[in-house]
Amino acid sequence: MADFSGQLINLFAALLLLVSFAMLSQRRVLSLINLFALQGLLLSASTAIVAYSSHQHHLYYSAALTLVLKVIILPWILHRLIRKLNVKWDVETLFNIPTTMLVGIALVVFAFNLAAPISEMAGTITKSTLGIAMASVLLSFLMMITRSKAVPQVIGFLAMENGLFFAATSATYGMPMVVELGIALDVLIGMVILGIFFFQIRETFDSLDLKHMEKLKED
Amino acid sequence: MEILWILAIPLIGGLLLALFGYQRFAPELNSVMSFGTFVASAFLTVRVITDGPMTALNEQFFVDSFNVFLVALTAFVAFTTSLFSRPYMRIEQAHGKLTINMLRLYHSMYQLFTFTMLVALLTNNLGIMWVAMEAATLTTVLLVSLYRTPASLEAAWKYFILCGVGIAQALFGTILLYFAAEKVLGAGGNALLWTHLDAVKAQLEPTVLSLAFVFLLVGYGTKVGLAPLHNWLPDAHAEGPTPVSAVLSGLLLNVALYAVVRSKVLVDGALGSHLAGNLMMGFGLLSVVMAAFFLSRQKDVKRMFAYSSIEHMGLMTFAFGMGGPVATFAGMLHMTVHSLTKSAIFFAVGHATQKSGTQLMENIRGLITTNPTIGWGLAIGSLAILGMPPFGVFASEFLIITTAMHAYPWTTPFLLAALGVAFAAIFSRVQSMVFGETSGERLPHPPALVPVFVHLGLVLLLGLYIPPYLADWYRQAAALIG
Repeated sequence: MADFSGQLINLFAALLLLVSFAMLSQRRVLSLINLFALQGLLLSASTAIVAYSSHQHHLYYSAALTLVLKVIILPWILHRLIRKLNVKWDVETLFNIPTTMLVGIALVVFAFNLAAPISEMAGTITKSTLGIAMASVLLSFLMMITRSKAVPQVIGFLAMENGLFFAATSATYGMPMVVELGIALDVLIGMVILGIFFFQIRETFDSLDLKHMEKLKED
Repeated sequence: MEILWILAIPLIGGLLLALFGYQRFAPELNSVMSFGTFVASAFLTVRVITDGPMTALNEQFFVDSFNVFLVALTAFVAFTTSLFSRPYMRIEQAHGKLTINMLRLYHSMYQLFTFTMLVALLTNNLGIMWVAMEAATLTTVLLVSLYRTPASLEAAWKYFILCGVGIAQALFGTILLYFAAEKVLGAGGNALLWTHLDAVKAQLEPTVLSLAFVFLLVGYGTKVGLAPLHNWLPDAHAEGPTPVSAVLSGLLLNVALYAVVRSKVLVDGALGSHLAGNLMMGFGLLSVVMAAFFLSRQKDVKRMFAYSSIEHMGLMTFAFGMGGPVATFAGMLHMTVHSLTKSAIFFAVGHATQKSGTQLMENIRGLITTNPTIGWGLAIGSLAILGMPPFGVFASEFLIITTAMHAYPWTTPFLLAALGVAFAAIFSRVQSMVFGETSGERLPHPPALVPVFVHLGLVLLLGLYIPPYLADWYRQAAALIG
């Protein structure tokens, strides 16, 4: 049984990495949000399986928290936002997707190397997935760098938080509950503040394109 | 008990001001709440001095001589800044830059920002410390963009994204720390409590901790404004309202550095080597040198003093990195005098820019003839921050540099050159702003300059004579940090 759930966790981890790559190359804002929700769902499911196979009951709570926050609330807020901001059908021109993908692969290799000594020390059944968690953090980071619009950048930021959450689950069966609740609260407040902020940006610049915001530089 | 008051007052203040922030008395309420926090922190300080370190509320909060001095400093500067912000924000409103709703947001967020900083300082749980640091960013993002100008929105966006990404690194560092701690302390809430970690630090896995420290330093270092992660800092300081610049520079940077130093203590204990210290010295020295050379190229007065903050935070990081009783003592003294002096300078600069209607230094002229108190405040404050004797900054910089000469002689020329360049850059600019032909008009409300001179008076006092109990207090804290 433990073997089977171990396999299942690895499968979910692999899917998570796949979604990270898909987000990296996705140009439509709407699909990006759906991918983000899918990532949250995978995260929640894998956390629940870890909880089941390791008998760590507090992980059920964090799986439920992930489900509510990252699959329901955040995508809902994002959907509302893009509808109100009228950027629902926005398509972004991305800088050379194949190159980005190659850089992404290099990052994955780097992440696995970085995680190798730590996962050897970990006593969790999920230790082999720590490399994937690191990789998805770095891929989200890459996504933030390559995007020039505000909403995709924020989705990259949230995806990075997903990766960190996955890292916490795979290395240590999750953080203490108070800390996880605090992080969830921060993410939620952050999202609300960003929502307000998007409207301010749009009001001032008439667009959510960040290329208007490159004035503050050292000469 | 005092801890509860310290945290409850700003939290209640934030909620009250969210409800009543549009009233005429909102600025006064803001000051009263900040004063309450300050009084509570004074009681806590007295108690810690007499009874020694303590934990409270099921060990969730922890006070020792290191964080209590930062709590007192934070509460004090938050209070004086609220006094300064009263006329300052009224003048901004009279100039038509702010609406009543923006003021409501400002006052509410000001209290909540104080709250998050105090939580970060007082909590015993390193995970909660991370949550509070992130919340401190969130509460200030909308304050930086308060004026809704293109530049301020850009600054706020940059602030949010850079600090958000930075602090995500710190979260990964915290996860690694928990991973190492869990092996020794067992799973559950206790494994992230600093007091527990400190007790078993020698048993923590060294490779994991060194990796964790790199992430923690990069993460919290972004908030300290260490080069090369400092890009958000000058923009956020220059574009936000001046009281926000004063608390960001004087308080938030200190709190972030506090987080780094707390992590360093654990890592030092686990590694038994000087790796953490060396990393901090490297980042610190780079920040000092880099900031000094950017200083001379600034045209905006608030930007210039923001770079000066990077320089001084670099110097403190360097001092804590060197370690040892003298350097740590000097680092803490420098934290105190820098935050007092820098906030005083921002108060004076705030009124000076309101008078001249611009932040460009070439258009600010002759402050001493139109309003001598603002002029003198800026002149004396700048001399203090540049490390002129007899001010306190001189004492702490002198201690840092003499220790560096003994322990790491090769760093001395870099430090001295950077301080020299910074002196030349700031002094010449300030001279022409203070003296010279006049410009500008009268302000619609009398400016608040008492806080400026109270701060500068304290800095002068600390330069001439450090009261024995204060010196004891710093020494105890230095012994804790090592």
